[in-house]
Amino acid sequence: MKIAVCIKRVPDMDVRFKIAPIGNAVDEAGLKFDINDFDSWAVEAALQIKDKDSATEVVIVSLGSDSVQETIRKALAMGADRGVELKVARIPFDGLAIAHALAAELKGGGFDLILFGKQSADSSNGAVGAMVGELLGLPVVTAISKLELAGATGSAKREIEGGQEFVEFPLPAVLTIDQGLNTARYPALKGIMAAKKKPLDVRPAQLGEQSVSVTKMELPPERPAGRIIGEGASAVPELVGLLQTEAKVL
Amino acid sequence: MANVFAFAETRNGELRKIGLEAVTAARKIADETGGKVDAFIAGAPGVGAHAEQLAKYGADTVIVVEHAGLEKYNPEALAATVAERIRGGAYRIAIFPTSALGSDLAPRVAAKLGVGLVTDVTAVNLDGDAVIVQHPVNIGKVMATVKMTSQPALIGIRPNMFTPVENPRAGAVERAEPVGDPSASRVVVKEVKLGSSAKLDLGEAPVIVSGGRGLKGPENFKLLEDLAAAFGNAAIGATRVVTDEGWRPHSDQIGQTGRLVSPQLYVAVGISGAIQHLAGMRTSRTIVAINKDKEAPIFKIADYGIVGDLFEIVPVLTAAVKEAKSHG
Repeated sequence: MKIAVCIKRVPDMDVRFKIAPIGNAVDEAGLKFDINDFDSWAVEAALQIKDKDSATEVVIVSLGSDSVQETIRKALAMGADRGVELKVARIPFDGLAIAHALAAELKGGGFDLILFGKQSADSSNGAVGAMVGELLGLPVVTAISKLELAGATGSAKREIEGGQEFVEFPLPAVLTIDQGLNTARYPALKGIMAAKKKPLDVRPAQLGEQSVSVTKMELPPERPAGRIIGEGASAVPELVGLLQTEAKVL
Repeated sequence: MANVFAFAETRNGELRKIGLEAVTAARKIADETGGKVDAFIAGAPGVGAHAEQLAKYGADTVIVVEHAGLEKYNPEALAATVAERIRGGAYRIAIFPTSALGSDLAPRVAAKLGVGLVTDVTAVNLDGDAVIVQHPVNIGKVMATVKMTSQPALIGIRPNMFTPVENPRAGAVERAEPVGDPSASRVVVKEVKLGSSAKLDLGEAPVIVSGGRGLKGPENFKLLEDLAAAFGNAAIGATRVVTDEGWRPHSDQIGQTGRLVSPQLYVAVGISGAIQHLAGMRTSRTIVAINKDKEAPIFKIADYGIVGDLFEIVPVLTAAVKEAKSHG
């Protein structure tokens, strides 16, 4: 089997962001970057298939500047076979422009599965995976939290509001991965050493035309500072009173 | 003049609240420029009965597509049909829900049409030929203003941001056929399992009672269920630790990798307030926190915090809420 996993390098979110002087981006100084969580589960899903069938080839594809090589190497250290950097100076916000670049790379690659994370933590648009599937004319199932493959057919579970959907689809297919499918493995030292020698091709990204752009970024208004109204069960009457009279939610 | 397309989501033949939110958002934009709103509704035969409701919330025309093959979500048939309608409609904007269904459908339609898509939109405005939307990025810690120049611009609205408002229009019904054969779709939803219909969805519940590690075990969520029952309009949420431990299903998780919610009231019980969790609930209107550690980060954003033993406090709160409701 041949599997492509498309990953994105995103900032660590556990920080207080600052807006860059340009006004439509965050200041990247001092930010740590890593593979997007959902994408790490997509890599894991591919590696679990490879664990069962060692003839499986797992190819990591990432669009970004040369810094994405570090993120691709991490996926290679987890156990993927080779990587492709689709080089851009700056990742655009427009999901369709990105999808065109990925589809151009993946087209004709003979992949049985193309995996994505459900969405990225930074741009949080959740659109690229399904767009790539559509551009390639492949079946798409998004936001899956369970996956089973039997020959050329797959079945998957999607969490929906208040329930689950069970979906069947033929291979080749494009899938986007939600939380709950697996827990990503950590690269072992042996894997980290091996990853240094694995092939990583760099090609210019063939971005599609862009019609969506960020004109401004700002920090949302802070919530008013929290307020502790009391300790223990004796504070409950005051809480209920405030919910009724001040917050008016009861 | 800005004509707007609104996708009215249904499930099991029922119109979902987010469908009315889409029509409401569409009506507001159309009214700014004297444009028209076309609502689109698809499903098994009979789904067209909701046209009246869509008209009440502002649809000038309701496009109804009824077909047995559309009873369950049929992504390929629906995407083809919706794309065809939008292509023929000269719309400035097409509005989808940012729901499980809408998040799957909208990117397919955008790719078919070759137009831009922004999801999880919290506000929409027109600026000349462009559409300007607000879209939270970086797990909600940064708000992006996004300019869209494709015709039409596709947007997915965040649930609970566009409160449905009645604004009656004619709602002329226009029946249409699906594009292609719905039974020929490659991706097939075989089964849908729904929790009890009494259970409110996290995205739609006015009140969420949410539990974290402090609950100590799955059996103690009974305390939260009792509190939710006292409110009467509450859903139960959980932190990632809780769902990873299997105390609650993954679908209950609120946070960066789970659901993003904005209820009127969020009651965080035994939740310390990890940044990933705050990302999913910080836009709640009122936040209550109950935690034994007064240094817990959740208290920094809670409108009302109580420090102490949740096992002692929650039953008292449940009784007090019941009491307040009975006098309400």
